[in-house]
Amino acid sequence: MEFGLTESQEFLKDSARKFFAGECPSAEMRRLMETDTAYDPTLWSKLTDQGYTGIIFPETLGGVGLGKVELMLLMEEAGRALLPGPFFSTVVLAGTILDAVASLAHKNKYLAPICRGEVRATVAIVESNASWNPRDIHLSVANGKLTGEKLFVSDAAVADFIIVIARNGVFVADSKARGLKISPMRAMDLTRKLYAIEFNETPTEEIGSTANLARAFDIATAALAAELVGGMQRTLDISVEYAKTRKQFGKPIGMFQAVQHQCADMYLETESARSAVYYAGWALEENSPDAATAVSIAKMYASDAGRTVGNRGIQIHGGMGFTWENDIHLYYRRAKGSETAFGDATFHRERIASLVIDSGGVSAKSA
Amino acid sequence: MDLNLTKEELAFRDELRAWLANNLPKDWNEWREKPIEESFPYLRAWQRRLQDGRWAAVSWPKEYGGRGATLMEQAIFWEEMARVEAPPMANSLGLGLIGPTIIAYGTEAQKKRYIPKILSAEEIWCQGFSEPNAGSDLAGLQMEARLDGDHYVVNGQKVWTSYGWIGDWCELVVRTDAVVAKHKGLSVLLVDMKSPGVEVRPLRQMTGESEFNEIFFRDVRVPTENVLGKVNDGWNVAVSTLMYERGSYGARLHLIFKRAITRLIELSRSVQRNGRPAAQDPLIRQKLAQCSAEIEIMRFNQMRAFSRITATGVPGPEGSIQKIFWSELNQRLQQIAQELLGPYGQLLGGDPRAVDKGIWSYGYLRTRGNTIEAGTSEVQRNIIGHFVLGLPRSY
Repeated sequence: MEFGLTESQEFLKDSARKFFAGECPSAEMRRLMETDTAYDPTLWSKLTDQGYTGIIFPETLGGVGLGKVELMLLMEEAGRALLPGPFFSTVVLAGTILDAVASLAHKNKYLAPICRGEVRATVAIVESNASWNPRDIHLSVANGKLTGEKLFVSDAAVADFIIVIARNGVFVADSKARGLKISPMRAMDLTRKLYAIEFNETPTEEIGSTANLARAFDIATAALAAELVGGMQRTLDISVEYAKTRKQFGKPIGMFQAVQHQCADMYLETESARSAVYYAGWALEENSPDAATAVSIAKMYASDAGRTVGNRGIQIHGGMGFTWENDIHLYYRRAKGSETAFGDATFHRERIASLVIDSGGVSAKSA
Repeated sequence: MDLNLTKEELAFRDELRAWLANNLPKDWNEWREKPIEESFPYLRAWQRRLQDGRWAAVSWPKEYGGRGATLMEQAIFWEEMARVEAPPMANSLGLGLIGPTIIAYGTEAQKKRYIPKILSAEEIWCQGFSEPNAGSDLAGLQMEARLDGDHYVVNGQKVWTSYGWIGDWCELVVRTDAVVAKHKGLSVLLVDMKSPGVEVRPLRQMTGESEFNEIFFRDVRVPTENVLGKVNDGWNVAVSTLMYERGSYGARLHLIFKRAITRLIELSRSVQRNGRPAAQDPLIRQKLAQCSAEIEIMRFNQMRAFSRITATGVPGPEGSIQKIFWSELNQRLQQIAQELLGPYGQLLGGDPRAVDKGIWSYGYLRTRGNTIEAGTSEVQRNIIGHFVLGLPRSY
């Protein structure tokens, strides 16, 4: 049994970290967040050159064919850099759903261009009831036409097409299609913009059934948890750095246990979230029977820990943590968006409860 | 990353399973609730049986009677032992902590003298570390060892000594130089507990039991050949013992906690809450789910740590995460049990209405010790702060 990363996994993680540090440093991230869409075509073509837009998709579609653990590592590094723009929406979310539900013809039509970096996409899931439970999706397509509203859709303004999860199937709508109106929702996270989409007799193309969505949602959910881990690591790093250099009462504040122990707890929470995310990635890759539970464990823990690590980090920074110029609040904002997306901790605790209390439970793979 | 067991690990597990199928005593349940003084001969016999199969100290090198097991195999060993609810071994400190320290620091003569009898449970070992004025600040310990010819003369008091009441030998940390900085004047002595001047008293703890002892040393003479490691290098010897304390043994906690939460889930189906089973109460469901999830995360953390230690060769300060995680989780688990059981939760073993013979009232009290024993949570956070994150020492 080996829970460490392989050499090639370490290499991927390391090169992703260097890539994001070089191509999307804090100043660039801040420049993008001040734009309407947080999307930059130049950065996108560099992501494509790295193979990131096709990371887990088959080589026959122009992808790289790596596994779910590798996806977690890439998302962790993207989270550390607070990568702005539609990477999650396009690749992780839309790409994974296409991969899971679409026919080969539809994959060639929609997924291959994603791998090649030619298009952006997103997925419209939640409705006004704000529930991530598929049971609570009410919109349905009739005669190929869709009418109604979807909320909290990430990066819709730069999407070339929008995948719509409807009650009666998975559909694609062209973002320029008739009767489709995209309007921004002003939300906390400035680096991943949210939108409301109104459909009015909008023509759609069916690409698959909702039956195969669960696994795609699980992959996206775990990837989001991985991204949270990267943000937590960055928050921890800058907080520890600050605690070493900021002096009060003639000493670095990190010398005071009230501060040092906050740092220790941030470390514990970050590492624990990371363990849970890596395990979830592995369980998904192996199609392990406990994969769904593992994903909920990871998202549950990372959702809460992402917030508490942010709380602690801001507190350690004192007044500086409350300023606009310090990056820590940008991570905190993202953490809130990611906490609620695909179900917050309460949602996933209930899902775990239904798996371990109601149905007797599938335990983690054990020796 | 590959969480499947390797061929070697599977072979190790299967060999152990086969051995346990033939050798696990069937009557442990009749003994487990008796006072340890009564069951101790039983535990000695169990350890001897394990060692007959070369299973008592799997982590030890083969030349010393072990199997040279990898960390992952050690974890498998403890998981399997927990899975079959095997009795504990009589000499658990000797096997887990002190034996490995003697193998690492002892002279050939010391290894020959002590190691075989640790394995056979012929000689039980205890650990004399903490003192009334040196708990978390262990390096500040005061027990005096004055050189007198070819003996040290030892005076002072130790506390929180597990197995002190039955110990034949003690790994004792003493001050051999009172002038130099506090870490530098310590030595470790191997002390015969039958020496004149050694007095052992039970220390009654908040659960009402006496797992630990106080030991008083009055002019106890210890031959100089019983120094373990170098004189005045005792801090390093003692720290290496403490590192073993945070090793693979924790692997069994996953199953133990899992058994507890499974039982709580079972209880939640029969306990009523607002006119329906607690298993249907949203708040109870949230808490049970949180706890189940954290029990899994504890295991993921552990497996990651084992892989890291295997790669780097040494158990690092990251072990402190494990210690904080399991001890605080165990307290939360017991708190959930109390919430679930309501007034019944306080009933002690022996009360006819106590749930599960009082294990939950006992667990509630006993787990308060978890965040204190084997390094308090505060000390563990200091270790993470200073040794992992590189923050300046706070003390």
